Amino acid sequence: MGKRSSWALPYAIFLILFVAVPLLLVVLYSFQDASGRFTFANITKFFTDKDALSTFALSIEVAIENTALCILIGYPAAYILADKQLNRSAVTVVLFILPMWVNALMRTLATAELFTMAGIQLGKGTLLFGMCYDYLPFMIYPIYNTLAKMDRSYAEAAADLGAGPFTVFRKVTLPLSMPGIASGVLMVFMPTVSTFAISEFLTNNKIKLFGTIIQENINNSMWNYGAALSLIMLIIIGLTSFLGKKDEAGVQGGAV
Amino acid sequence: MTEHIIDIKHLSKSFSGKQVLSDINLYIRRGEFVTLLGPSGCGKTTMLRMIAGFLNPDEGDITLEGNSLIGVPPHERPLNTVFQRYALFPHLDVYDNIAFGLKLQKIPSEEIDKRVRKVLKLVSMSDYEDRDVDTLSGGQQQRIAIARAIVNRPKVLLLDEPLAALDLKMRKDMQIELKEMHRQLGITFIYVTHDQEEALTLSDTIVVMNDGRIQQIGTPMDIYNEPVNAFVADFIGESNILAGQMVRDRRVAFIQHEFDCVDEGFGEDVPVDVVVRPEDIYFTTDPAKCQFKAKVNSCTFKGVHYEMFVDTDTGYELMIQDYDPYPVGSEVMLYIDPDDIQVMKKERMANVYEGEVTGEGKVEFLGTEFECPTDGFSSGDKVRVTVRFEKVDLLDHVEEAATTGHVEFILYMGNHYHLTVRTKSGEKIWVDTNDVWDKNDYVGINILPEDILLEKVEEDGQEV
Repeated sequence: MGKRSSWALPYAIFLILFVAVPLLLVVLYSFQDASGRFTFANITKFFTDKDALSTFALSIEVAIENTALCILIGYPAAYILADKQLNRSAVTVVLFILPMWVNALMRTLATAELFTMAGIQLGKGTLLFGMCYDYLPFMIYPIYNTLAKMDRSYAEAAADLGAGPFTVFRKVTLPLSMPGIASGVLMVFMPTVSTFAISEFLTNNKIKLFGTIIQENINNSMWNYGAALSLIMLIIIGLTSFLGKKDEAGVQGGAV
Repeated sequence: MTEHIIDIKHLSKSFSGKQVLSDINLYIRRGEFVTLLGPSGCGKTTMLRMIAGFLNPDEGDITLEGNSLIGVPPHERPLNTVFQRYALFPHLDVYDNIAFGLKLQKIPSEEIDKRVRKVLKLVSMSDYEDRDVDTLSGGQQQRIAIARAIVNRPKVLLLDEPLAALDLKMRKDMQIELKEMHRQLGITFIYVTHDQEEALTLSDTIVVMNDGRIQQIGTPMDIYNEPVNAFVADFIGESNILAGQMVRDRRVAFIQHEFDCVDEGFGEDVPVDVVVRPEDIYFTTDPAKCQFKAKVNSCTFKGVHYEMFVDTDTGYELMIQDYDPYPVGSEVMLYIDPDDIQVMKKERMANVYEGEVTGEGKVEFLGTEFECPTDGFSSGDKVRVTVRFEKVDLLDHVEEAATTGHVEFILYMGNHYHLTVRTKSGEKIWVDTNDVWDKNDYVGINILPEDILLEKVEEDGQEV
């Protein structure tokens, strides 16, 4: 033990207290019934509960839709931001990041208020709008980063070899920006699966997502089932991020 | 070899107010190996990028086989570029990189296959088709970059410092291969480099550029043996550049001796610059042959030859290259063949600026106000200001100076330095000095009042 490694001690204590112990508790609670006896009931309950399963499916569906929407809007935005001819000032970048300085909850509440004022029915459309609004910067930023760092000579080389502007984009710029898209997807998809505040405020709880059920169970003191659901979600997010990482590594390996 | 493939006429370009190319005129013959040579920032890469289509000129025209290229996007120009950092597509393997252009032309795949294999053989990279480009060494990437460009059979191949990133040995090998490729393919090559040796080795024609202007166009032999000005003489190879005086036709004076030369038509008693290459100054033991005497100051072994610095009996320092060393401190007798003396017109005799008298004893030029005698002038008069090179003082202490600048270019003239200083107003001031400055030094500039000479000019710039 060097002198320096002792500096990590406070961090280790923090990690144990606020990450490891709570995680252990979640696992522990998942396999206990209300009286503290060991059981698989919580897990089996989820896989037999039609409502829970369909909510889960809906959550995944909404997350996929939101991610797709974020790519569709975020990619062109990032492209414009990274293009020095289209975007001549750094202010535009700040304008895109500026909304992130306002708390997400506040933004969501304000968005809901706006919809109500405009007389727009709250539902899946407003839910996707709110999610996209909240998570768009997380998609734009990694893509912007990849595009801004990309050597301009690749696009020039492609044009030089006879590719028109669209072909240059399709055959060179887009494939080379895949690592940025991959990290954007990770940063948008995972949090959307577990979100509950946005669906609560922007659909008036009409649409329930997986995060909402967990929150409801815990609010109603059904700690064990809530913990089990959390554990399932944790495993799924862990899996997607693991797959995503592997995928990203593959793309980057080809891109260096 | 007489047909022009590319004609460049009155080409100009500036970036945010700074002139990068001014009025470039140049033609390139079919099949020629042309090198654009110059220091960084001379505009050579800008010119290449304009031929490739990545930049548009502000003024002027570029034609390919008589058709203007202005407004034609890069992908529609029948030219291909080898980029400085290769720019091989990292997401494609060697084969797909080379086939990129052919696939876009919708050429049948058997034909593509044949051409890719043929070009890989040409660059000695057969069997590398399936390799990822990032597993290749710099030299191998360079070969693939060349292959990717020539597989499209361009009318002109543009090469932007393609060997700059390679080590010396590799660079030498690639130079020979490039020359051989040029011979085999018969394609016109336009090659950009700052390496004068590379330019001399490879080119049929060298275009020496500086400051956005063409300094000289010629064969490597012309450029080396008959540089038109001090810049070219200094940039290409080693040289002794000296201030001289044309006595009459075929007779020139420098280092306070008179020499026979072969140049004519300068007039009598005209100041000139003289270039003598270090390998053209000969030692002799025959007093009848001796033109001047000198003392050997230093002697360094350089591999093939020895490089010696000598002080002449008249106080000038000359560089001499010879196969035989002479001991330091020894007195030697030297002579120069008339053929080996290159006489050049002096580009300038003094600093001349447009200025304005701003008050009693005050004149404004170089973007600042100087004190000087203004008898006979009144405030508001437009004047031509003349300052002799040796009358400009350069100072370390910029706060005490009238204005400041950066040393841009240094020329050693045997017994003094001739500096080009870019003032903060963006103009140039030339300075003769015995002090040693370095390139890019930040200097203060002062001129004594009595050294500023004024001449009245009319409003339209005519002298009175």
